[in-house]
Amino acid sequence: MSKEVILQAENLSRYFGGVKAVDGVSFSLRRNEVLGVIGPNGSGKTTLANLLTGFVKPSKGKVIFEGQDITGLPPYKVADRGIARSFQMVKPFYQLPAFKNLNVALLSPRVRRLAGGRYGDRDAVAKDLLEEVGFERDSWVISHQAASLPHGYLKRLELAKCMALQPEVIVLDELFSGLSLAEVASLVPVIEKLVHQGKTLVMIEHRLKELFRIADRVLVLNFGQKIAEGEPAQVMEDPQVKGAYLGSEAEE
Amino acid sequence: MLEGTLIYGFINSVILMLVALGFSVTFGISGVANFAYGALYVMTGYLSWLGLHALGLPYWIAAPVAVAITAGVAALIYWFILLRVRGLVVSEVIATFGVGLAILELFRYLGFIGFEYTLPPIIDASVMIGDTYVDAQRLCIVATGILLAAFLWFFTHYTKTGLAFRGIAQDERTALTLGINGDKVAALSVAFGAGYGALAALVILPLGTIAVNEGYNVLVNALAVCIVGGLGSTVGIIVASFLIGFAQILTATYLETSWMMIVSLVAILAILVLKPSGLFGHQKQLEERI
Amino acid sequence: MAQRKERIDRGIKVRSDDVFVLTSWREMLYLAAPRVVPVVALFVLGLVAGPYWERVLISTCMFALLAISWDLLNSAGMVSLGQALFFGVGAYIAGTLNHYLGLPPGLTIPIATVGGGVLCTLALLPVLRLRGIYFAMVTLILPMMIERVIEATKIFGGTEGISGLTTLGNPHLEFWLAAVVVFVALFGFRRMIGSDYGLLLKGINDNDRAVMSAGMNIYQYKAQALFMASSVGAFAGAFMTHAYQFVGMPVFALDYSMIPIASVAVGGMGTLAGPMLGSFILVPMSELLRGLGGLRVVIYAVILVVFTVGLPEGIFHYLSRKYNQFERWVGVER
Repeated sequence: MSKEVILQAENLSRYFGGVKAVDGVSFSLRRNEVLGVIGPNGSGKTTLANLLTGFVKPSKGKVIFEGQDITGLPPYKVADRGIARSFQMVKPFYQLPAFKNLNVALLSPRVRRLAGGRYGDRDAVAKDLLEEVGFERDSWVISHQAASLPHGYLKRLELAKCMALQPEVIVLDELFSGLSLAEVASLVPVIEKLVHQGKTLVMIEHRLKELFRIADRVLVLNFGQKIAEGEPAQVMEDPQVKGAYLGSEAEE
Repeated sequence: MLEGTLIYGFINSVILMLVALGFSVTFGISGVANFAYGALYVMTGYLSWLGLHALGLPYWIAAPVAVAITAGVAALIYWFILLRVRGLVVSEVIATFGVGLAILELFRYLGFIGFEYTLPPIIDASVMIGDTYVDAQRLCIVATGILLAAFLWFFTHYTKTGLAFRGIAQDERTALTLGINGDKVAALSVAFGAGYGALAALVILPLGTIAVNEGYNVLVNALAVCIVGGLGSTVGIIVASFLIGFAQILTATYLETSWMMIVSLVAILAILVLKPSGLFGHQKQLEERI
Repeated sequence: MAQRKERIDRGIKVRSDDVFVLTSWREMLYLAAPRVVPVVALFVLGLVAGPYWERVLISTCMFALLAISWDLLNSAGMVSLGQALFFGVGAYIAGTLNHYLGLPPGLTIPIATVGGGVLCTLALLPVLRLRGIYFAMVTLILPMMIERVIEATKIFGGTEGISGLTTLGNPHLEFWLAAVVVFVALFGFRRMIGSDYGLLLKGINDNDRAVMSAGMNIYQYKAQALFMASSVGAFAGAFMTHAYQFVGMPVFALDYSMIPIASVAVGGMGTLAGPMLGSFILVPMSELLRGLGGLRVVIYAVILVVFTVGLPEGIFHYLSRKYNQFERWVGVER
């Protein structure tokens, strides 16, 4: 992990009418760090992801990426600069075969620029990427229509789509939700590999056990506000966090 | 002169609001854009005409029966046609559009054209307001408009069905888990919207003749108001109908009657450029939908 | 024992997917037949048809163009209820240029094609930011409103329209031109949809947010698709203006919105060839049913609903399935 700050949120806020979905959240992310974002349902995690990636414009505050203010840029420009994201609700390109799903990202101006103005053999790259996230290369799955893939594969496809963009930062919105223990276990090494390659990750998660294995630092949201930040073990000792997060968890 | 303009502007606005309310209500609740709305509106007119003249029923039977049949037909359209393509926006749009066309053009084919197709006014009298003659029917329209808008508010805030409507409108999945039958509510919402259109038809149609083309006009006006005000927003509908309504009457008074449609067109184009989701539209909601 | 229907690609289909196709006449014929036969059939029809049916074929070609334009828009996630907008704008541009400035059809048609495309794209540009039914709503009411505006302001001939415009000359030439354009549009756009560009359009249709988060400016792509589709529609309008030597309010009529959609519904969405097939069924049929008068529109509307709801596959998908696959019943263990 380097000292360089790659992504920074300053006093980031978003109000929907009277509801403060995200309220004055600040944090800074260093290159190659894994930041976990946790919090009870409705605490503003997905809105935070939307704010970072430009899908929602902040009511107040700034997002700074690689030293440049990217607040209010449209999503495609944010992605073009190198922040990829996955969606909590998986919605693949239904009409296309699984590997062609990646071709959309592989056709982006960013990928072309990074490859020196050429696109290359996209189908092969796509298949390699899918194999990396755990698709069986020689099976029918890889060229099967995305509409009929099971949930586990769709989640992997989401991750592969992010990787295809060759981003600096990947914002993963509940990647593990709805996956079986075995599936999560098989995805953890993929993510560790991404970290090893030098990517910076923001992981919004409910699965704390797996998250704490990967995350360097955890940020806890409650009612849109940051209530704690720090190393996983240390954060979980925080009485406020116990009250807000684990308390509500225990009630369920 | 100015007083008359204001009064007629007000009445014109209420007419627009009445016409748009039904379309907007259905969309706001179940996300179904009922492009057969104009056809259902005209159908109410013809049905009550048939009740009055072909069957010789008294008005107080013919009119409510026509409204009930219209709402029933709308529910049937949902149940037998829309339910099968629910969620496929393309098919929903095309199917309602096709049904509307079929109804309207069937009336045209059957020869329902002419000056004899009129509905009687509810009260046949006229009143002086200041220096302006206003016939009672127009006052009736205003009263109905206010009543229906108020009822809508009351209904969605205080009755069980209304609350279910709002539940579905806000989050269909959550509502489903709370034991609300989404399909039933959506069918009801289509019927409810059509019923609103039918009531609007009963009070507005006596001002002129019942004509097939009126169905297209009503759809154009309803869509125009919804686009300017913002789809699904009742406040937006009211504000937009007053904006367009007054603008139309002002142009009719100071320029020419024939320019009224241009006002609507300009209003739509302007709003699309300035705020595409409409004055009170929830852009976010629209982006999230489908 | 329970049975289920199994569909398997024909051997010849699988073989012709590969490079071996070049070594065998049968395989080459298998690939070429569905493309060549319709082309030859249309031109032969044009040769044998009398003057009346030749004109029907010309208008069929124009409706086919409108249907192709509709399908192209739909493949990028835009549902149009107002193909008449494109048609009418093209028609009026060509008509006014010819009538007031005296430009020949050789100039008015290209100008109307591009100009109509630009005008319609500009008018609808703001709507592209909104999803769902907004596009349908706006396209539905714009042609209706423009029609009334022309009626009210009496511009461009008002309700009378402008008649006595220049023809393209020879009716046979008209037919040949129409047929060539319709096939160029069909094969050109089919090729485009099969390319990477088409991949992006399909992606936008399926999930525009995901395309955005892949760093792609979707509004740019949507605007391009809209421009292409509206240009095609405007061409049809301009062409018909010169073919009928008349332009007037009917060019914004609902027929030009509805018949293309009905053609798409009958032919099958998303293939471009399906919509064309649909219009070659529906438009001539409408000529045969001329005696029914107003009932024709009702029949169309019913066909539209029945196909959309009951047979969403459409004829083209059905035919191509029969052509490429065979079916058999196989037993399944309970």
